[in-house]
Amino acid sequence: MASTPRAAWALAPAFALLLAFWLLPLAHLMLLGAQRRDSLGSGYWQVLSSAQYLGSLAQTCALAVFVTLTALVIGGTSGVFLARQQFFGRSALVALLTFPLAFPGVVVGFLVILLAGRQGLFAALGLQLAGERWIFAYSLAGLFVGYLYFSIPRVILTVMAACESLDRSLEEAAHSLGAGHWRVVCDVIIPGLAPALASCGAICFATSMGAFGTAFTLGTRLNVTPVAIYNVFTNYANFAVAAALSVVLGALTWAVLLLTRRLVKNAGTVL
Amino acid sequence: MKRSSLFVLQLLFTLLVCAFMLVPVLLSLMAGLTRNFFVGLASGLTFDWLIQVWQAYSPTVWLSLQLALACAVCVCVVGVPAAYALVRMNNRFSRAFEELMVLPVAMPGLASALALLLTYGQFGAFRSSWLFILVGHVLFTLPFLVRPVMAVMQRQHLPVLEEAAASLGAGPIKRFFSVVVPNCRAGILAGVLMVVTLSLGEFNLTWMLHTPMTKTLPVGLADSYASARLEIASAYTLIFLLMIVPLLIALQAISARLSRGERR
Amino acid sequence: MTAITIRLKGCRKAFADGTVAVHNLDLTVEGGETLAILGPSGCGKTTTLRLIAGLERPDVGQVFFGDQDVTRLPIERRDVGMVFQNYALFPNLDVAGNIVYGLKIRGVPALERNKRCDELLELVGLHNHGRRSIHELSGGQRQRVALARALAPRPKVLLLDEPLAALDAQLRERLRSELDLLLRGLGITAVFVTHDQGEAMALGDRILVMEQGRVAQLASPREIYQQPANAFVAGFVGNLNAFQVIAQSPRGLKVCGGELPWQAADVPATVYCRPEHLRVMDGEGHLHGHLLAQFFQGAQSRLLVDVGGPQPLLVDSSDNQLHAVGAPIALAITPNMLFTLNA
Repeated sequence: MASTPRAAWALAPAFALLLAFWLLPLAHLMLLGAQRRDSLGSGYWQVLSSAQYLGSLAQTCALAVFVTLTALVIGGTSGVFLARQQFFGRSALVALLTFPLAFPGVVVGFLVILLAGRQGLFAALGLQLAGERWIFAYSLAGLFVGYLYFSIPRVILTVMAACESLDRSLEEAAHSLGAGHWRVVCDVIIPGLAPALASCGAICFATSMGAFGTAFTLGTRLNVTPVAIYNVFTNYANFAVAAALSVVLGALTWAVLLLTRRLVKNAGTVL
Repeated sequence: MKRSSLFVLQLLFTLLVCAFMLVPVLLSLMAGLTRNFFVGLASGLTFDWLIQVWQAYSPTVWLSLQLALACAVCVCVVGVPAAYALVRMNNRFSRAFEELMVLPVAMPGLASALALLLTYGQFGAFRSSWLFILVGHVLFTLPFLVRPVMAVMQRQHLPVLEEAAASLGAGPIKRFFSVVVPNCRAGILAGVLMVVTLSLGEFNLTWMLHTPMTKTLPVGLADSYASARLEIASAYTLIFLLMIVPLLIALQAISARLSRGERR
Repeated sequence: MTAITIRLKGCRKAFADGTVAVHNLDLTVEGGETLAILGPSGCGKTTTLRLIAGLERPDVGQVFFGDQDVTRLPIERRDVGMVFQNYALFPNLDVAGNIVYGLKIRGVPALERNKRCDELLELVGLHNHGRRSIHELSGGQRQRVALARALAPRPKVLLLDEPLAALDAQLRERLRSELDLLLRGLGITAVFVTHDQGEAMALGDRILVMEQGRVAQLASPREIYQQPANAFVAGFVGNLNAFQVIAQSPRGLKVCGGELPWQAADVPATVYCRPEHLRVMDGEGHLHGHLLAQFFQGAQSRLLVDVGGPQPLLVDSSDNQLHAVGAPIALAITPNMLFTLNA
């Protein structure tokens, strides 16, 4: 189209903003990570050679994967149900289930404390039932619950949207060929939802990797990477390591997003 | 109508999930309004905690509102033209740009904040003003406006409308304000609501970018969670929820309307 | 295998919004016959098919396959083959994967499955297409794969929902005759839904015309066309000329433009005939008027003739002789092709 170059001008402010305040700082961060402050070598080297940092990265990844899978199972089940069934109070239920998506991490952390903290619901419940307080808010389990809290609504929303575009006659066709309920779920619904589940899972993973607020509220002793970055930066003022850790965390997250995009694109031709 | 046992099972499961989402929020509401949470509701209901929170933390509420509104304005000014350009161009470059735009959301907020801080932190006046946080928020919320606006533009077959306006003699600027903007009002509104909601709740970036003089609501929340008693923290959370839930309800109403329009 | 009879007894189906899709439907589809269900959209024809398939359960009434009451059986246990309107091929499986899906569910061993798959690919003329992805197929090929998939488990009944509607006109014509040959060769009981009268006439042994959830007529294609039960059926299958009877005359009935031959004793208010049953005559005819327009349609031409009535008469003439507009035209009617209709 002849007006394409002119339309490109409208992109200029956004481009300038991203360039100045994101691309440039990010490049700076990457360079900072390569700086050597003392005999310990560059920030990257310190991160990649330290069992502590690598451990925290592995733990963060494992936690994020576990959260993502659990959220996909729970959210997928509820999402398909909510998309497919009509009953009284359905839209209210959907609204309630999707509100937590916009809650910031700190608030989610606090809610986990109310649920499983020292004076939480589970502590009271445990005291009643077993005579001991059940407290798991300040551990990885608490973090897991918190991440689930904002991952489930995302999965439910995505699955509901994807269900709308699923072709109902595919399910009927499978039934007509003799497939029972579970067969249809495995052979038609899950393959149909797979691209949506994959991309949503990738976003859940990314959010869980970088969720700092929840971990910050639940306690800075948790060994997950965002907290580690924060501690290195504020307590030791070790900019090189903080930058390197950030870059590695960002690269990991980005790699997973990119990989999913590739896979989903291939799956997209199947769909 | 008769329901199968599978339906009942699924409903129960979904209700359980809903309880998981809702119970902590209700606990927090209750804690913020009871005189003594350890004693329970028997100690009576009170607004004292809310008043105390307001006395101690009201500046954070005002700053957050100011930030959210400023952020919405900035994102509109930058984002609507960007969405327009992306829809019009629709080539390799524009798709690459879309990817780039989403990256600050996909990347851990802490990394972006650290990058900003280490690059622009030495400019003292900028660093200590609320504009520093604003930059972070604009970066983070930009795609949430651009995406819905683009969707509406694509659905309205904007290029065709614009060609029609051009055939009637409207120049590019005139077209943008008389045809483009009015026809994607719903998308802009949905985007703005989302931006305001996200900006009000943004913590990951803000915690790194704030100074003691520029505390936003979520920063104050984190503060109170770490140091104040449970009732105060709960009352503070209650204020936050009161601000954010109406926005979310409006957002759901608008997106329902938008998707109805899509189906028509 | 003997073909099975399908019976619907007093079936009624209403939807959640209160609209009744099917009222008290009684229907018997004889074993081995192909029944076409014809009607405008919203007449209940798809619901009837879905009742037979087991995709819907009647609110009242029963469905029998042979002597077995299948009313409460879900579709997966009714042993029907179904071809869907948009084919509903599984996009995550290739052509062969789609065809053997039903066999897999029935636990047929792999070797036998593959044999049956090759057989069916041969039958629908798609040998060597087994490993193709669904996306590489044209519309006509998809239709054939859908048919092969439905037939693979050797179902008792074949159901087709607008099987040719998604194809373009030329392809539709060709696949229609292929499908006709196939259904006759298999001798299977088949029911298909269509809104295309030509398709119903060509494929159906009998046609069920539906109107607003009720049976308008159930008869052979010839009967439906030549002795339609009511004005709705007559208007839905083909075009119609209506003559208001002015008076009885010695030779028949006096109408606008002339007299029509009529032997019966009663005198109807209106009589009807089809456009192709009017012939253009050189000299004398039953009716006289003048030409309003002539449309060339290839094998025949359609004439609009004004005989002084409220509507011009439609005449389908195969001689393709060119007449001048305004020229006088004499028309004769083929004997016994006049009919009356119930309102």
